[in-house]
Amino acid sequence: MNRLGEKLLIAFSWISGITLVSVVFFIVGHLIFKGIRAINLKLIFGETRPLDALLLRKQVFHGLFPAMMGTFLLVVLSVGLAAPVGLASGIYLAEYAQGKVRKIVNFFFDILATIPSIVIGLTGFSVAVFLHQHYSKQIYPCLLISSLSLSFLVLPYIIRSTQVSLESLPLNTRLTALALGGTRVQNILYVLVPQSLSGILSGLILAIGRCAEDTAVIMLTGVVATAGLPRSVLAPYEALPFYIYYISSEYSSPEELLTGYGASIILLIICMTLFLFAFIVKRRIIWQTFYHL
Amino acid sequence: MINIPEKAAEKLFLLPTVISIAITIGIFGFMLLLGLPLIIRGGHFLNLLAQSWAPGSGLYGIYPMIVGSLSIASLSLVFAFPLSLGCSVLISVVGHEVFGRFLRGVVQLMTGIPTVIYGFVGVFLLVPRIREIFQRGSGMCILSASLMLAVLISPTMILFFTDSFDHVPKSYGQAAEALGASKGQKFLYVTLPCAWRGVLTGLILAGGRALGDTLIALMLAGNAIQIPGSVLDSARTLTSHIALVFAADYESLEFKSIFACGMSLYLLATLLVLGARGLWHRNEGEK
Repeated sequence: MNRLGEKLLIAFSWISGITLVSVVFFIVGHLIFKGIRAINLKLIFGETRPLDALLLRKQVFHGLFPAMMGTFLLVVLSVGLAAPVGLASGIYLAEYAQGKVRKIVNFFFDILATIPSIVIGLTGFSVAVFLHQHYSKQIYPCLLISSLSLSFLVLPYIIRSTQVSLESLPLNTRLTALALGGTRVQNILYVLVPQSLSGILSGLILAIGRCAEDTAVIMLTGVVATAGLPRSVLAPYEALPFYIYYISSEYSSPEELLTGYGASIILLIICMTLFLFAFIVKRRIIWQTFYHL
Repeated sequence: MINIPEKAAEKLFLLPTVISIAITIGIFGFMLLLGLPLIIRGGHFLNLLAQSWAPGSGLYGIYPMIVGSLSIASLSLVFAFPLSLGCSVLISVVGHEVFGRFLRGVVQLMTGIPTVIYGFVGVFLLVPRIREIFQRGSGMCILSASLMLAVLISPTMILFFTDSFDHVPKSYGQAAEALGASKGQKFLYVTLPCAWRGVLTGLILAGGRALGDTLIALMLAGNAIQIPGSVLDSARTLTSHIALVFAADYESLEFKSIFACGMSLYLLATLLVLGARGLWHRNEGEK
């Protein structure tokens, strides 16, 4: 590669970087510019007093509070379900599976990672209908079905990040504990996993973001435009992303469209906060790990 | 004595793995079971893929949706791949102290931007521009959807690319530097060949996301059931079809067609995985 090629490569990378950053700023800027007027307590709580709503004393009408709570519950349930399964599978894949088994397991997780979310939603819906017809009339598409479906959607993120970060550890890190007489499990739990925490957590971050933003799965598995707070995990619920989708196609007045912009900004803030929270946790855990060693 | 907990631990890690695989297979089984009436009626699954969509004359083929999905996804990859490669080179190779770190931060934050927001902004910002520029139709077309989709899938690629560039052992790069290689040469001859696996994984995930994304195509591509003639035509993807027919009565054949879409998407995902794995193993063989 000559000097011109080198310069072109660097120029191209700068152009790409600047393009991407300006596109993102343009999108977020448009949202904030148009929707900032809508951001106030009334958007979230409607006519209800915020304290009453937060303590679940009164229902919120014409506000985003139920949708926000719905999204929060979804994220907690789905990532809570997916994280242990994903971590265990990732560890198995990186540390135990060998030869043919490893190839087959890898193959299926690649498929799981590539199955479109709406197909997972469709399956969740079909399972709900199947259970309704054959098992209990009380089962409808609901919060639980959505969470289960979503946890499958994000499982590959967690598995892969765990696996990749474990596998990319250098050989001497891998062998030190074993050479000192540690068992395989001790090696995994006290050396390999702590050493790969940042990678594992970056997978969890992706998973959290995916759960909060996904619309395709939940639109088939129980989200509705108006439901209030879900009374149980077996009840339908509202969620922010679905509300935004609903407004973009069904808005009847400029005021309603404005609430769509408001909801978008709130969803964006929630996702960014989740992200920053995960980032802080990650930094802290890395710090602790560093000072334990 | 040490052996027992060791074995138990292995089983403990194995169990979730087996469950996950069982459900991965189960998803396809379920759709096959529910889509069966339509397949039996159409004679053959392949017929269904090649048939056109004309419910009036009893045809529930999903060929137009397959074309729609493939064209939108591939166009978005065409936009996103060079952009992502450029960005990851800027982050990992050029390594500009301030902008490189800033860009990495922006990209990481982008993974948190919801799809539905891209769709929402696309409807009110991109679609009118496309309509003004090309003076054709409503502006809801393949081009609008692919452009937004490219923004959506870029972070997936960039994060995987940079991650795999960074995981190439530092000594390799140092060896190249000691031989007098420039940053660009180091990237082209050392980093890129070593990081092939990550680049491919990033591409698979991004391609799968483009193909599997529902919201952007649903909100921006117009959803007309037709075989698109240009990038300015409206199109319906397999994913939007599932979302749109959903409301219909679920004993009808029209509703059953969404399971054919689901199966096609599943099979497309499998093909993508097979292709990428084939490439990766060949790449491994050459080393």
